[in-house]
Amino acid sequence: MADPEIISYEPQHESRSAAVTESRPVRITLTLLTLAFLVIFLLLPLIIVFKEAFAKGVGAYFASLGDADTRSAIRLTLLVAAIAVPLNLIFGLSAAWAIAKFEFKGKAFLTTLIDLPFSVSPVISGLVYVLLFGAQGLLGEWLKAHGIQILFAVPGIVLATVFVTFPFVARELIPLMQEQGNGDEEAALSLGANGWQAFWYVTLPNIKWGLLYGVLLCNARAMGEFGAVSVVSGHIRGLTNTMPLHVEILYNEYNAVGAFAVASLLAGLALVTLVLKTLLEMRYGAEIAATRGH
Amino acid sequence: MKRLLLGIAAFAGLVLASSQAWSADKLLNASYDVGRELFVAVNKAFVAKHPGVTIDQSHAGTSAQARAIAEGLAADVVTFNQVTDVDFLVKKGLVSADWQKDFPDNASPFYSLPSFLVRAGNPKHIKDWNDLVRDDVQVIFPNPKTSGNARYTYLAATAYAKEAFKGDDAKVKEFITKLFNNVPIFDTGGRAATTTFVQREIGDVLITFESETRGIRKEYGDDKFEQVTPSVSLLAEFPVAIVDKVVDQHGSRDLAKSYLDFLYTPEGQDIAANNGLRARDAAVAAKYKADFPDVRLLTVEEVFGGWDKVQKEHFAAGGLLDQAYGSR
Repeated sequence: MADPEIISYEPQHESRSAAVTESRPVRITLTLLTLAFLVIFLLLPLIIVFKEAFAKGVGAYFASLGDADTRSAIRLTLLVAAIAVPLNLIFGLSAAWAIAKFEFKGKAFLTTLIDLPFSVSPVISGLVYVLLFGAQGLLGEWLKAHGIQILFAVPGIVLATVFVTFPFVARELIPLMQEQGNGDEEAALSLGANGWQAFWYVTLPNIKWGLLYGVLLCNARAMGEFGAVSVVSGHIRGLTNTMPLHVEILYNEYNAVGAFAVASLLAGLALVTLVLKTLLEMRYGAEIAATRGH
Repeated sequence: MKRLLLGIAAFAGLVLASSQAWSADKLLNASYDVGRELFVAVNKAFVAKHPGVTIDQSHAGTSAQARAIAEGLAADVVTFNQVTDVDFLVKKGLVSADWQKDFPDNASPFYSLPSFLVRAGNPKHIKDWNDLVRDDVQVIFPNPKTSGNARYTYLAATAYAKEAFKGDDAKVKEFITKLFNNVPIFDTGGRAATTTFVQREIGDVLITFESETRGIRKEYGDDKFEQVTPSVSLLAEFPVAIVDKVVDQHGSRDLAKSYLDFLYTPEGQDIAANNGLRARDAAVAAKYKADFPDVRLLTVEEVFGGWDKVQKEHFAAGGLLDQAYGSR
């Protein structure tokens, strides 16, 4: 038995698709263009990384990953991320909190300042640390007199990474917190919560997805940063070589398998980040939509 | 708050830890970018003779290395592939002015030269520098404005032309301009030029250090490329020096000296020859004779009157290099 309701929906559906002004060929062309673009610029490079990494077999792949210098590069990268990401998590959270919830003088300036690492080329930020901490730099003499090595050692790499990954968490949270306003916190405070409780039980649950997203991005960049780290690293194998730097060195030495094996780990990290993000969105989609402003 | 404090504490710990990492039984060797295999082998052999010693390696372009050392990279010794980059350290007061007298052979324990790599079978019959200016030959080397490797190529070609045209400067200039005209792409560095030649399959001949051609053939297939040694080329020194300021601070002068001396021993020379560099030691050179065809080598001093003069006349803005490069 035909349901008149359904039939009556049909023309409405038609008219809706007709409201999309592009004709079918245009739509197909645009879709194909997008797909081709994605394949050429994202998928193919990714495939080539793995193809080159396994070009001489699985044995050669794992042998090059087992190399002592490579393992130390992996360790250093993990260490740097383990320091830089929590620091920027705390900083980004406090900065976003201050900017979104309070009014104060110089707020616009602070916001601009947070964006600075995005607008400065990473190589330049590395060079700034050289000018600051280098032997001929501003603080060079003092550091030398006290026997402190910052440049061309792990602290310099951490500093450069912190600088470059500075904005990720804050940038993710500021618009979100601004949109949410102060209402919830004020309610909590009026019900007798102290500031810490208001933050822990009201603000944090509201922003957790944005925060997580910011941390994921921050982490990916911290592990992948090349330019700034390259300037301050000193390229000492086994000591100050991070994974991206190690990739370049291996490639320069005509060790393609080694270079792409390390690159495949970095690509793997990117994929894991992507999958994590997708899984989170699938599992908590509705909640994320509600608490992530954009 | 607790986490913040922990983070700061961890960072402070790192600063302290890295400031105490130096002692007299440890060396940092700042070296050129493609010297890893050589120094892995050298360090292994050296440490076997000096148990308990650690040699750390830093590899990058030597101009960048020299700059980093001036900014505080605590390298005890440098093993570079450009004399001018050691001179930079002299200017900064880190290396003594007469460093070339501290070790034999101008403080260059081994050497190389700009040489040719052609495709298998040498289809264009490229034998010497004059083949490179033929109309049917495409030549690949990086931009001499940015690459030290290509500067050697430029100087070697100029040295050849000076001899061939008996010092007729106009003809030398014409020769160099023609050579530059035969280069379809000027990459910024030696590695990129190799990619252009090997993977993009552009050009008939790649000019680079003889020591490099070995690595290229090893990675991309011995049967795909052939090495061609020209009749005459330019001596490319691989200078070594002790960084005085650093060894005095570390108390590592004796170790640094014996490390660089080791490069001159038959064992050190054998390792170098095994890695594509020409040995100074006569016995080692004789042993590897088959790998290194005879070639007449000119020096920068005798052809150009030293690096300072080369810098002023050829590489300075508006110099001879600019003139040839600009008139392409």
